[in-house]
Amino acid sequence: MALTDADVDHVASLARLGLSAEERARLRDQLSTILGHIEVLDRLDTAAIPPTAQVLPLINVLREDAPRPSLSRDEALANAPRQADGFFEVHAVLTGGPDAEEEAP
Amino acid sequence: MSGQDGARTGAGRATTASDLTALTAAEARRHLDARDVSAAELTEAHLARIDAVEGRVHSYITVMAEVARAQATAGDARIARGEAAPMTGVPVALKDNLCTVDAPTTAASRILAGYRSPYDATVVSRLRDQGAVFLGKANTDEFAMGSSTEWSAFGATRNPWRLSHVPGGSSGGPAAAVAADEAVVALGSDTGGSVRQPAGFCGVVGLKPTYGRVSRYGLIAFASSLDQIGPFARTVEDAAILLGAVAGHDPLDSTSAPEAVPDFAAMVGPGAGEPDLRGVRLGVAREYTIEGMEPGVQAAVDAAIARLAELGAELVEVSLPHTEYALATYYITAPAEASANLARYDGVRFGLSVQAPTLRETYERTRGEGFGPEVKRRIMLGTYALSSGYYDAYYVKAQKVRTLVRRDFDEAFERVDAIVCPTSPTVAFAFGARTDDPYQMYLSDVFTIPANMAGIPGIAVPCGFADGLPVSLQVLGPAFDEGIVLRVADAYERSETWTGQRPPL
Amino acid sequence: MAVEAVRVDPAAGIAPGSALEFETVIGLEVHAQLLTRSKMYCGCLADYADAPPNTATCPVCLGLPGALPVANRAAIELALLTGLSLGCRIPGYNKLDRKNYVYPDLPKGYQISQYDLPLCAGGALTFVSGGVTRTAGITRVHVEEDTGRLVHRSEVGGEVSLVDLNRSGVPLMEIVGDPDLRSPEEAKDYLIALRQILRYIGASTGNMEEGAFRCDANISTRTRDGVLVGSKVEVKNMNSFRAVERALRFEETRQRAALSAGEAVPQETRGWVEDRGVTVSQRTKEQAHDYRYFPEPDLPPLDADAAMVATVRARLPELPLARRARFAAAFGLGEGDAALLTAEREIADTFEAAIGPEATPGEARAAANWILNDLMGLQGQRGLPPHVLPLSADQLRDLLSALAGGEMTARAAKELLPQVEPEELPRAAAARLNLLSLDDTGVVDAAVAETLAAFPAAVADYRAGKKAAIGRLIGETMKRTGGRARPDDVRRRLQAALDADG
Repeated sequence: MALTDADVDHVASLARLGLSAEERARLRDQLSTILGHIEVLDRLDTAAIPPTAQVLPLINVLREDAPRPSLSRDEALANAPRQADGFFEVHAVLTGGPDAEEEAP
Repeated sequence: MSGQDGARTGAGRATTASDLTALTAAEARRHLDARDVSAAELTEAHLARIDAVEGRVHSYITVMAEVARAQATAGDARIARGEAAPMTGVPVALKDNLCTVDAPTTAASRILAGYRSPYDATVVSRLRDQGAVFLGKANTDEFAMGSSTEWSAFGATRNPWRLSHVPGGSSGGPAAAVAADEAVVALGSDTGGSVRQPAGFCGVVGLKPTYGRVSRYGLIAFASSLDQIGPFARTVEDAAILLGAVAGHDPLDSTSAPEAVPDFAAMVGPGAGEPDLRGVRLGVAREYTIEGMEPGVQAAVDAAIARLAELGAELVEVSLPHTEYALATYYITAPAEASANLARYDGVRFGLSVQAPTLRETYERTRGEGFGPEVKRRIMLGTYALSSGYYDAYYVKAQKVRTLVRRDFDEAFERVDAIVCPTSPTVAFAFGARTDDPYQMYLSDVFTIPANMAGIPGIAVPCGFADGLPVSLQVLGPAFDEGIVLRVADAYERSETWTGQRPPL
Repeated sequence: MAVEAVRVDPAAGIAPGSALEFETVIGLEVHAQLLTRSKMYCGCLADYADAPPNTATCPVCLGLPGALPVANRAAIELALLTGLSLGCRIPGYNKLDRKNYVYPDLPKGYQISQYDLPLCAGGALTFVSGGVTRTAGITRVHVEEDTGRLVHRSEVGGEVSLVDLNRSGVPLMEIVGDPDLRSPEEAKDYLIALRQILRYIGASTGNMEEGAFRCDANISTRTRDGVLVGSKVEVKNMNSFRAVERALRFEETRQRAALSAGEAVPQETRGWVEDRGVTVSQRTKEQAHDYRYFPEPDLPPLDADAAMVATVRARLPELPLARRARFAAAFGLGEGDAALLTAEREIADTFEAAIGPEATPGEARAAANWILNDLMGLQGQRGLPPHVLPLSADQLRDLLSALAGGEMTARAAKELLPQVEPEELPRAAAARLNLLSLDDTGVVDAAVAETLAAFPAAVADYRAGKKAAIGRLIGETMKRTGGRARPDDVRRRLQAALDADG
């Protein structure tokens, strides 16, 4: 499986990873090599095999609906790179909706 | 030769600093309870040792000298009141992906430089409650992704046995700290071998418990369905003591198992009687060899297995046919989970934030500059494997093969009590030997990954040397039977005469 | 709803203005906040409404390194209760998944949701629209967690967004409806009925202004002959029932116009702009998200087994439509009155508790009238929420029995109601305010005598055979007793005086 530069750019964009041109080229080649090794899995017929997402046989692990103390606001904000008036502060998201920051200004 | 005799008998008064740093946790417990060594003395001896060797080894990202001294004082008071717990006053190193309120927690990443957790990991609070002494936060590959500790953003750790070589990883810091007598015991985390492989490279004992045995709450997540916290120690008995101190159900971790925790320490060590494995069926898997396996490693492991037979174990050949697929499965599953787990490092609530003209560029620059090469590689790989059009071919396929890997073990454990194999195909390698070839680096974990995929416990125990570097035997057991892997490793350890050898620092 | 945009050649015979028969297809997705004390995956308070920013957070809902979620049993049970109230199948095994996207109000970079295996599937909602009973399919009900809240602010040097994470991790359920609705009115009536059920079963406050009940809509348009078919358009940002109806009306018109003009209706997401009364494009199909769903490894799967379902089912109350039908049948109430009485569970409960199990239809109607006219009027004057009446069931029962026994006149009761103190029984209040019926014959007789003396013309009319003139005399006598005399008693005494002296 050989990745193209466009593949790398698309995945980096999904992951919000800024890459230098050099990193991009190296990742393209390295990921292609790794995916090539992973192709070994194609030798296995898994059509009838159920997937394993978790190994433990646990089910319905639920907690009672009992409130517990929250952090103080100072504790919550203690590590914030930017804050204002008790809020975390970021550059403006441009309009509403989960991907507004992807839209052109 | 060394403190081994002391370890076995508990006799004699340890007086010199080197005597004190050579003590095992079991020995330290006896001395502390007898009040002939104080926790303060023990702690000072370790801080002095850290001062003496850190320049060469670099096991720690943060040394918690003041915290340790305060804990030692409190520990001595507690011992004086006759209220000592197994870990009271015992100096411990914590891998720097375990959250602590009183020292930065960085996961060896630039993106978390200086980060202060407002809460303790469950394992940390359990050790704190026992009165343990925290010497510091030990080095790791960034976000525990790596097999050499070369991917730490704060400089690599060196192998105490040969400073030109890697200590293994990702828990290279905890492994080296215990090997170099910079801590009595340590906690690391093991996602694909990150406790066992560095334990093997550094000639110490490392245990990955059953998935769900130890709470992951406060462990900075790498791959949530695989991560498990485990102990490093210089003896199997110490590993059992530390495991006992941190294991058990935690309501804050939904994947923590509500299983009773046996008295692991009572199953091992001199108190458990002469080494005897009669009646124990040990599986030897023919698949646990690869091209590139070093002959010295194979020879040492073969000799160790022969020793186990001499101790009465019945050797049974077993087949784990999907072993060769576990590595590929792992390199889909772990990066996929990691890609989501690392999405929270966005510079909004904590951590590095590199400001750029727009929010999107700020995200990209923060993550581009905050993450190192291996973390980026895995985020890319995992994002790709989950992305539209590739999910079934990669992620779902890997989940199905994971079922096959589990079934291999289920079937094997119907016939045997434990499986023995090498921990790694090679001994420690030189710095830079594999950093340019990620796949060669990944191969270093080829024998440890299957246990994570299946969720079963595994221990790495030193079994000799090849080319002057430690070789390690791995013992794998059925889920929630840490007892059998501890017993086999303990019997082996106590039957050998060379196991107390210390690195020539 | 597999609809693809079809570009129609205008030359193919669609004349502008020709009478095309259009059909609108609407499916709604509702997000409702589950009425729990603590959040979905941590112990922070779920009622964030009055908390200052970032004071109801913890490592879990801040998405701090190392924190892990633990699911809230009450949230799962309320979503299950919702599924049962909508007649859903409960598949048993279900699981939680991570939905990955990046936004500053989403601390973990993923939302814990349910992807392919929801808690509840395949139900139906029956509701009344335009006087007709309709049924729309429910695709699924699943649990989610809310995001934080963003506040936008202009500052010197540019715009910033401020993040408050109190709402982060508050439990939500998503109720996905089948595309069975055919008009904006139906969509609105569906939402009203759904909200009513959620309030009945105690799953959600359904409060739209506070964001506890939110709706997105999928709407498409086609001609009945199937020649013109538009793509599905998702409409967001509708914050009231009225906004839903208006936005969908706008979209319906826009899509019909486009198809009529031979244009395609492309698949996209549009936002309703309330003050301009229009929808605007937010995202096209090509910009659709790649959410990279995968099973949440931090949470074991769920199994809503028979025991859990039985426990939850036992909490299922009589639902609004059934109750409305029963009220109409058992008490002879009109459909409209029955609907009003059952609109809020608390009011229907008060009504039933006040009249008791043995009530006759007459008593029930009397009680209904008092609630619908006087108590709801007072409710409005006092600005009480729609489910809170000014009287409790005990107070109402006391009032009704006093009225039935003639201890109080209707007129006195109307005067009394605004003055009843909380938890004070109306009889006690009437005594305090001197509004009980007059039993002192001397006072009534004196009032009768005064009236007869004051209205000789009416007296003469009556005696001349115009018996209707007594109405005026009764009214005047009542006035002289401050409305506290019993009207039948006054009539009897007046008649006796008029007939005797005649």
